[in-house]
Amino acid sequence: MVYFKMAKTAIKSLIHGPSTIRYPAEPAKQYPTSRGHVTIDPSKCISCGMCMRKCPADAICVRRDEKLWEIDLFKCHVCNCCVEVCPVHCLTMETEYRPAFAEHEGVQVVKITYVKPEKKAVKKPAEDKSEE
Amino acid sequence: MSKEIVVPFGPQHPVLPEPLHLDLVVEDEKVKEAIPGVGYIHRGLETLVQKREYPEYVYIAERICGICSFIHGMTYCQGIETMMNVEVPERAEFLRVIWSEYSRMHSHLLWLGLFADGMGFENLFMDAWRLREHVLDDMEATTGGRVIQGSAKVGGVRRDISSEKLDEMVTGLEGIRGELKDMMDVFLFDSSVKSRLRNIGMLSPEDAYELGAVGPTLRGSNVASDVRMNGYAAYDRLHFEPVVEDGCDCYARCAVRAKELFASIDLIKEAVQKIPDGPIEVKVTGKPEGEYFSRAEQPRGEVIHYVKGNGTRNLARHRVRTPTMANIPPLVKMLQGCELADVPVITLTIDPCIGCLER
Ligand code: SF4
Ligand code: SF4
Repeated sequence: MVYFKMAKTAIKSLIHGPSTIRYPAEPAKQYPTSRGHVTIDPSKCISCGMCMRKCPADAICVRRDEKLWEIDLFKCHVCNCCVEVCPVHCLTMETEYRPAFAEHEGVQVVKITYVKPEKKAVKKPAEDKSEE
Repeated sequence: MSKEIVVPFGPQHPVLPEPLHLDLVVEDEKVKEAIPGVGYIHRGLETLVQKREYPEYVYIAERICGICSFIHGMTYCQGIETMMNVEVPERAEFLRVIWSEYSRMHSHLLWLGLFADGMGFENLFMDAWRLREHVLDDMEATTGGRVIQGSAKVGGVRRDISSEKLDEMVTGLEGIRGELKDMMDVFLFDSSVKSRLRNIGMLSPEDAYELGAVGPTLRGSNVASDVRMNGYAAYDRLHFEPVVEDGCDCYARCAVRAKELFASIDLIKEAVQKIPDGPIEVKVTGKPEGEYFSRAEQPRGEVIHYVKGNGTRNLARHRVRTPTMANIPPLVKMLQGCELADVPVITLTIDPCIGCLER
């Protein structure tokens, strides 16, 4: 009898509290893998521009001369590609979603503070090259 | 005296969340002819192959559709991999099956909800979407995205699932199976639902085959055709049988989707048992040259990604034939001679996805 079977569902719904959450009063569920938004550690970025070249949405712009890293949050579709390609792992994907914006203020500019460590220059003698 | 009139249906209609337009030629409340009109949300995604290199184009391919995004990405990757003779690791193939089946469950539950809503059964709609939430939670926990998974990659997959999580997923699916059974009692055996769906939107097996129907629309007309039988990804190592119904009406198509949910749970369970250890991707270098017709089974039916490489990092051509595209001629056939009041339900039974259709 289908009515009895439906009664089971109806009674379950009556006893069980609501399945929904009172978002945004209660935070949404997040997991360690959730893709929320991209953040950068400006002290590590070597301005190689890899993230800019690989970003499928053209959301990142690296201005090497001015040492600026720019992301347009409205263009970014949170694919995690830039995080994967960054050679020095200075980009991270935070699990928290960005809040809503009322106006177009999505462009975030970060000043890169990376300082190239000094290396002891080991120069090869010029004769080596001429031999090749 | 009866008179022919044309009733516009859509592009914005309460039962269709997406813009599909149908001009219905009606006489005495009976539809004589339906003329579809598409092209409201064309995005020109296929042209983007000229601007994005082939590994980055996966992200674009995934965004063709929000529901079967993983399968779109995977089908595109399969095309490129075959063209470049890349051997995908076995673990990646099993992971692809797991995520494909999760996508199928997510899509079918979404459809069952929308369908119940289209019939005016609000309670069932909420119930189906509540269950879908568990599936989405598992997807987000394993891939990082609820809707756009972004885990397919040329050469494998981008993320792995730990064995503890896999076991947890199977336990969760068993819970879902119990709840699904309760829900299906209503979907498949309730008299009001049956009277709304039985003998409506008839599509004979011959018509379905000749007009090129795919997916549950075809299998609801008693034609056992499913691309998963070809054994792409790891389907050849799993026990799979297509779900077929012989009603040829709206009820049969609904039943196919409902039963495929259980089939998906079984497939995921089997894949979790058989999944081998090992790497999940191989490094792909080089430039694709040649062409390939990549096929896969989406929740709505067969999808084809045609890829053509010209020896550069950008493809020469990319073309997608989506299931909704194939199901439009059968829909027009189904609508001929039906009651005007049944048009929304019949249109919903092909599970139209206009985002896919127009790309
Ligand atoms: S997450 Fe994706 S879209 Fe966003 S900035 Fe990084 S690469 Fe671009
Ligand atoms: S963020 Fe990473 S990839 Fe982008 S420029 Fe800096 S170092 Fe290079």
